[in-house]
Amino acid sequence: MSRLNIELPGLNLKNPVMPASGCFGFGREFSKLYDLNQLGSVMIKATTKEPRFGNPTPRVAETSAGMLNAIGLQNPGLDKVMNEELPWLEQFNLPIIANVAGSREEDYVEVAQTISKAPNVHALELNISCPNVKEGGIAFGTIPEVAKNLTKRVKEVSEVPVYVKLSPNVSNIADMAKAVEDGGADGLTMINTLLGMRIDLKTGKPVLANKSGGLSGPAIKPVAIRMIHEVSQAVSIPIIGMGGIQNAEDVLEYFFAGASAVAVGTANFTDPFVCPKIIEELPVLMDKLGISHISDCRGRSWKTNELFAHNRA
Amino acid sequence: MIKNEKLSVVSHRKLANRIFEMTLCGELVTEMDQPGQFVHIKVSNGVDPLLRRPISISSINSEKKQFTIIYRSEGQGTALLAAKEGGQEIDVLGPLGNGFSEHEAEPGDTAVLVGGGIGVPPLYELSKRLTGKGVTVIHVLGFQTKDAVFYEEEFKKLGETYIATADGTHGTKGFVTDILEKLTVRMDVIYSCGPGPMLKALEQKYGHKKLFLSLEERMGCGIGACFACVCHTADDPEGVSYKKVCSDGPVFRAGEVLL
Ligand SMILES: Cc1cc2nc3c(=O)[nH]c(=O)nc-3n(C[C@H](O)[C@H](O)[C@H](O)COP(=O)(O)OP(=O)(O)OC[C@H]3O[C@@H](n4cnc5c(N)ncnc54)[C@H](O)[C@@H]3O)c2cc1C
Ligand SMILES: Cc1cc2nc3c(=O)[nH]c(=O)nc-3n(C[C@H](O)[C@H](O)[C@H](O)COP(=O)(O)O)c2cc1C
Ligand code: FES
Repeated sequence: MSRLNIELPGLNLKNPVMPASGCFGFGREFSKLYDLNQLGSVMIKATTKEPRFGNPTPRVAETSAGMLNAIGLQNPGLDKVMNEELPWLEQFNLPIIANVAGSREEDYVEVAQTISKAPNVHALELNISCPNVKEGGIAFGTIPEVAKNLTKRVKEVSEVPVYVKLSPNVSNIADMAKAVEDGGADGLTMINTLLGMRIDLKTGKPVLANKSGGLSGPAIKPVAIRMIHEVSQAVSIPIIGMGGIQNAEDVLEYFFAGASAVAVGTANFTDPFVCPKIIEELPVLMDKLGISHISDCRGRSWKTNELFAHNRA
Repeated sequence: MIKNEKLSVVSHRKLANRIFEMTLCGELVTEMDQPGQFVHIKVSNGVDPLLRRPISISSINSEKKQFTIIYRSEGQGTALLAAKEGGQEIDVLGPLGNGFSEHEAEPGDTAVLVGGGIGVPPLYELSKRLTGKGVTVIHVLGFQTKDAVFYEEEFKKLGETYIATADGTHGTKGFVTDILEKLTVRMDVIYSCGPGPMLKALEQKYGHKKLFLSLEERMGCGIGACFACVCHTADDPEGVSYKKVCSDGPVFRAGEVLL
């Protein structure tokens, strides 16, 4: 299986496929369906300092090839994640990526400092891009200088590498990426959801109680691909790509765009077995396309052709 | 255990206006052990619509490995379901959630089963099980109008059955609560499933009794991972404690969650 292994800052992955934050809880539900050891990693649900209930329901709505969610970062809070969820995950041979969120800089710093000490947390994913909370979250993700400072502060206290999760809801994604790279980020994850809204024809009012929500699923894949294509050429830190991934073909498209690993979100809801299925499909597809190692695909869309000539023979 | 399987459509027929009954066959049925559980159905082969649709299990035939659902063609998803034909395969995830506990009623007890509209289906399997163990069952079923009524005869075979329609075109005019008020029977246990306002009214009037409510909420995963379907607990209405309708419910004891 050495055709799929990937080395990233803090992460020695047996394969590049992991469930995306918020779409897998803390793994408990899925562990009843399949052996989580098959996964490359798990990005756990966003953790904040205090427990959060999140937004009122309805929290999900649908659109063609996509869904809107406004969960609002519901989570059991730092203490419970440290004392119950992460220790429970230790039974698996899995490097965990802990998604960290907050309303104020101090909250991010405190959560990052504590959670990075958990033995199975091998990297942090700084969630500066959640569109569904009133305070914080989105502001950190849209102003380059603010994002850079936050990254710096978190880097100072974190015991593991820090990945920053970028929001697509910005006018210049490369500027954001460069800013957090400057701030010391070890990697990027992208993209978070795109802000959207659906209106109920019967009531004339938004379907979501929160009015707007984050769009995810196959509908956003081309947006993510374009952004990763651009950002992977603008920075030198690795990218974990996500947005609408449903199968092995999608994974390769992300690698071609410039990603070094991928995360699967919404597809887990439609098919709870999708992650192990993709991991199984990948080598078959690579054989078909004459790819010997998954990392050979990275950035093929923009690297010069000669680099890949040996693969096409 | 939760399974994902392609089940074949054994039969599919229209019961009433926009109401359909579909029987499916497959191994997954061997996992069904409680009335009131539901399945999560992928109605299209593609990505439109993307999410599955939660539908209650209406009756189970373990020997034949078959189960039946009854649903109303509402929007895009259920309209696609209505277009399926016998012999076709449907992608089903289930069984999901915690249903009605038939052990709450003892032989000799009287149980009242209260259903509203598309909340009626899961009560059918429950009624079969309760009557099977010697519980006297009374059905109080509410519908919008005459054309929407289904399974009246089926329920009558199991016990006394009262129908209410909102417009009075069939049975009593009004709501299920109007019928309940006039009932003089003992109500040892009340099991209910239906729209939110109906459940609220029941909890207000009969919350002091042994009352079970089956809730509906929009869902993502259906298995407890996405936090789409949460509600507050009744003892902490503004706080952070919660229950997930999909995996802690859909059936709750009255007073457990905030309606
Ligand atoms: C636990 C549970 C059991 C159910 N059992 C039955 C049943 O036995 N028979 C039946 O006819 N219906 C049942 N429903 C309701 C059924 O799920 C909806 O009618 C159906 O999802 C509508 O889908 P649609 O695409 O036709 O409608 P749309 O309005 O186009 O759906 C849009 C979105 O909203 C969701 N949605 C719409 N209405 C509801 C609703 N009432 N509850 C939850 N989600 C909804 C859909 O799933 C979809 O994601 C149940 C719901 C739940 C939660
Ligand atoms: C229901 C739901 C909850 C989410 N929760 C989080 C979260 O807590 N933290 C986070 O960084 N991203 C969260 N996301 C975003 C996903 O991790 C992912 O970036 C996005 O959905 C795009 O991928 P997808 O199209 O494969 O779902 C959530 C997405 C969904 C659909
Ligand atoms: S629908 Fe996902 S948690 Fe209930």
